[in-house]
Amino acid sequence: MTSENQLRRPPFIRLMLLLLPLATMLGAFVWIAALDPLRSFNNGAPPVEALTVERTIIDANGIALKLRAGGSAPMVIAQVAVDDAYWSFTQDPAGPIARGNAVWVQIPYPWVLGEAHNITLLTNTGMTFAHEIAVAVATPKPSGPQLRLQAIIGAIVGLLPVALGLMFYPAMRGVGQGGMNFLLALTVGLLGFLLLDTVSEALEQSAGAAALFQGSAMVWLAALASFLMLMAIGRWRGNPEGIALAFYIALGIGIHNFGEGLAIGGAFAAGSAGLGTFLVLGFALHNVTEGIGIAAPMLRARPKLWTFAALTLLAGSPAIFGMWMGSLAYAPQWSALALAVGAGAILQVMVEVTAYLLRQNAKWQVALMSPPVLGGFLGGLAFMYATAALIKI
Amino acid sequence: MPAQTEKPSHAAESAVAPAQRDARQAVAAGPASASRRALLVGGLVAAGGAAVVARQAQAQTAPAATGAGNMADMAADPYAADTGGMMSGNMTMVGRVDHARNGFDPTAMLTDWDTGRTEILPDGRTLRIFEVDAIDMEIEIAPGVFFPAWTFNGRVPGPALRAKEGERLRIIFRNLGSHPHSMHFHGIHSARMDGITGAGLIGPGEEFVYEFDAKPFGCHLYHCHALPLKRHMHKGMYGLFVVDPDPALHPEFADVAASRVLGSPENAQWQELAMVMNAFDTNFDGANEVYAVNTIGMAFMNAPIKIDKSRPVRIYLMNATEFDPINSFHLHGNFFDYFDTGSQLVPTLRTVDVIMQCQAQRGILEFSFADHEDGLYMFHAHQAEFTELGWMGFFDVSGGRGE
Ligand SMILES: [Cu+2]
Repeated sequence: MTSENQLRRPPFIRLMLLLLPLATMLGAFVWIAALDPLRSFNNGAPPVEALTVERTIIDANGIALKLRAGGSAPMVIAQVAVDDAYWSFTQDPAGPIARGNAVWVQIPYPWVLGEAHNITLLTNTGMTFAHEIAVAVATPKPSGPQLRLQAIIGAIVGLLPVALGLMFYPAMRGVGQGGMNFLLALTVGLLGFLLLDTVSEALEQSAGAAALFQGSAMVWLAALASFLMLMAIGRWRGNPEGIALAFYIALGIGIHNFGEGLAIGGAFAAGSAGLGTFLVLGFALHNVTEGIGIAAPMLRARPKLWTFAALTLLAGSPAIFGMWMGSLAYAPQWSALALAVGAGAILQVMVEVTAYLLRQNAKWQVALMSPPVLGGFLGGLAFMYATAALIKI
Repeated sequence: MPAQTEKPSHAAESAVAPAQRDARQAVAAGPASASRRALLVGGLVAAGGAAVVARQAQAQTAPAATGAGNMADMAADPYAADTGGMMSGNMTMVGRVDHARNGFDPTAMLTDWDTGRTEILPDGRTLRIFEVDAIDMEIEIAPGVFFPAWTFNGRVPGPALRAKEGERLRIIFRNLGSHPHSMHFHGIHSARMDGITGAGLIGPGEEFVYEFDAKPFGCHLYHCHALPLKRHMHKGMYGLFVVDPDPALHPEFADVAASRVLGSPENAQWQELAMVMNAFDTNFDGANEVYAVNTIGMAFMNAPIKIDKSRPVRIYLMNATEFDPINSFHLHGNFFDYFDTGSQLVPTLRTVDVIMQCQAQRGILEFSFADHEDGLYMFHAHQAEFTELGWMGFFDVSGGRGE
């Protein structure tokens, strides 16, 4: 039967052909739900229980945990032990926790500054869920001064390196085709490192999220979806290049920085303690290439000064919003989602910059394997790898 | 609470000190937990806190110090857990166990001796007959925490069987459970009556009759000896088995022996308590989550044991704790004499306040509060971990009731 035949059918028949499988499907669902043909498989095993700690708040009231239930049946927290001692607690809202729901558990425990505490949540079936507080520090309150401090840190993480990188623009303008190829390949290389780093961090975050968010599948699908959507938007009016391509790069890096800010804000909220100022400098150095990458496709254009300001804000300021959101409403699944979207965005930019690089060269096969391009690409990877190693312990 | 005398320089120090710990932690934990971002945060917080905005850093550390010392305020919280007059404050389990639903009460178990029924044999000896059923039962071992137990007569610990030295014992054992079980008695008996495979280990629906003489006198135990042993033990299949000494057989300590014979006039003045130290591995990971005496965590914190200080106290104590090699008993504000295994009429330890027992070890404790003030006197395991996981209680001592 050809599609033409199908189109010639009366509308009523075509509607029926659609409704029939739908009705059958609905009937099957009702039948399964009503008759429960799987009942005979029930071997009396207790329901599977899963519990995820999404947030930890440590303050003068003791320790508060935000828990999300992911079991096959509603779960009951029967007792809470901290450091192998049963401790009183209150749960809000009280009662069994349905699958997917979250509650706050408040434990009036006299925690010790700078020391580790181990919390065990005991359910009514005797299952235990452990949560470790590696270093107990009071969770910063989201006050005005606190938010300002976070904005400063967000600016150091996001705005400063991008601005520093863009400041190389005048020096970069004089380069020839080889230098141009080198810079574009360098951009692709550094983005390649960011892609791997973002994906691995997203997977790590998703591993800490409740099982029902389906960790790695969510990350890959969100990354793929954001990649395809950004590709479609980017190609709406032909291939992006010049200032337009720079804005796409800035957007991709911005989403990456937002996810990064979210994770930092979350750790901030969890009371993560400090290591040293050299890490900030290392981080700034690490991210200066972001600005160089944004500048690279604009070398043949004549951007106005406000363009640089806009690019800096687009690429860098999301880090500040990420910090705020992360410290106010942190959950590993949202961090993972933001990072996955960032990964898709970075991949889209890599594709566009590569396409732009190829269009810039008449003999693109030759250019692809030329020393400037290979050197730039590997140099970008190596630079990011080396500066990342500096700040990783 | 220590006074807060923080200067900016102190704030900077206290921001750095945990930082160094954090670094060690991160190195020890390895790459999995030491994510780059977490460390970056550290750096940023340190940078922001110590170098850039020292004032905020102070604000950040101040609540920590006050918070750590200010827990007393929690009691005023109307939503705080019901502590029921407990003296442990917030270190407690939340809620109460429904003893009626369990079918046994740890307080009632203290004095609930199972003496079976007796007949006189042709040779004039007493035949004492016990009936014990193995029953699968879900029990509440801590408020709201349920444990799929295997029990003797529907309780954990099983019935505290009590006989007199020299009697003939007959224990009719029925297995109503879902697994093979047995009763292995500590004491003296023939190999055929040992409760191991081929000697009284029976399958579901089967019955076996153990028969032997009650000896030696002392504070013993019985337990299921089906394999895997650990599983059958920590599921709850154990109980006290006490053999009272026959005063006629111990003329030099006849009065001591008589005081141990349940129901004798000499025994009447004693307050005798059956205590089985036990624990439960609720998630079956080979370590215990709840520790107790007579099964229910914190039971004697919520319901202190009433003691009439005009009468001496004798505790038949047994350790049925699985997974932890030893358990212990410590009494506050008092000392006691200890009779290891109860098979002596003179103390094996005099004037001690802590004794320890290995698995299946047991003994008799004797002490008196006669010269004490009225009040709540604590007793607990002196492994602080066991204490805080449920194994602690109070004697509520007051004068002159009864007698
Ligand atoms: Cu058994």
